[in-house]
Amino acid sequence: MVTIKSLEDLKKMREEAQRKQELKSASGKTEIIVGMGTVGIAAGARETLKAILKFVEEHNLDNVIIRQTGNIGIDSFEPVVQVILPDKEMVTYGHVSPEKAATIMEKHVVNGQVVTEYLVNI
Amino acid sequence: MREISLHILDLAANSVSAGATTIKIEIEEDQATDTLLVRITDNGKGMSPEMITTVTDPFVTSRTERKVGLGLPLFKAAAEACNGSFSISSEEGNGTTVEVRFQLSHIDRMPLGDLVDTLLTLEVGTPEVHWIFWIKKDGKEFYFDDQDLKRELGDLPLCNPEVIRYLRSIFSEGVNALELI
Repeated sequence: MVTIKSLEDLKKMREEAQRKQELKSASGKTEIIVGMGTVGIAAGARETLKAILKFVEEHNLDNVIIRQTGNIGIDSFEPVVQVILPDKEMVTYGHVSPEKAATIMEKHVVNGQVVTEYLVNI
Repeated sequence: MREISLHILDLAANSVSAGATTIKIEIEEDQATDTLLVRITDNGKGMSPEMITTVTDPFVTSRTERKVGLGLPLFKAAAEACNGSFSISSEEGNGTTVEVRFQLSHIDRMPLGDLVDTLLTLEVGTPEVHWIFWIKKDGKEFYFDDQDLKRELGDLPLCNPEVIRYLRSIFSEGVNALELI
């Protein structure tokens, strides 16, 4: 049976991650929510989430929380991504392709600037 | 949806919506019987017999935002178009099992697609669920139960970059070693 790598690897990974986490300030985290209902998935939400995870890996962002959620209720705008900066209102983006997701991550999540051209206008 | 992996994501999302705290995803490719099996077992709220009979009807959904649900009927139709089958067993209060079979070699069978991404999406995107992934092919298998990992991580989130990297490597190695079709 192939199971997870050795427990040793797991411990090493955890220690490394914790060490890095401690270097950062303990300020609030940014929440990123990806709509993963049937419509979202069919519209490419998995690729969108993949791009977000890639960005987090490549930029070593450890101050974000990523969640998937069911149908957000605005099907015609899927894939939908919502970003909540600490102590800020939720911002909703629509038609978020992997490329747009990377832009949102860079401009909004990292630099705090809302990407107004991708906002959902209902 | 033209990937079995995307349908799996969709079925798993149903389980999450049904309040499941443990979800097991099994995938088995068996060349001897020419079968591809996908089975998703959850401990969510389950369905009444009436709900089961109507759930694969494209005009039924338990969601409130939108009245038409398409995930299950689409997957059912895809399986049945490939000499396959689709079954749901469920009991109210006791969870649901969805089992889908395809003829592995059927010309119209949609590809399994990017299973690693699907597993990563589920594990990282829905960390509150206890996930079990069990992928089998012709006697070989990849089994992943996230309990050891979560115990070791403690309060470190699954969306931590080191953890994502770690999970990606485990899932890629595990899945790639099976050489699924």
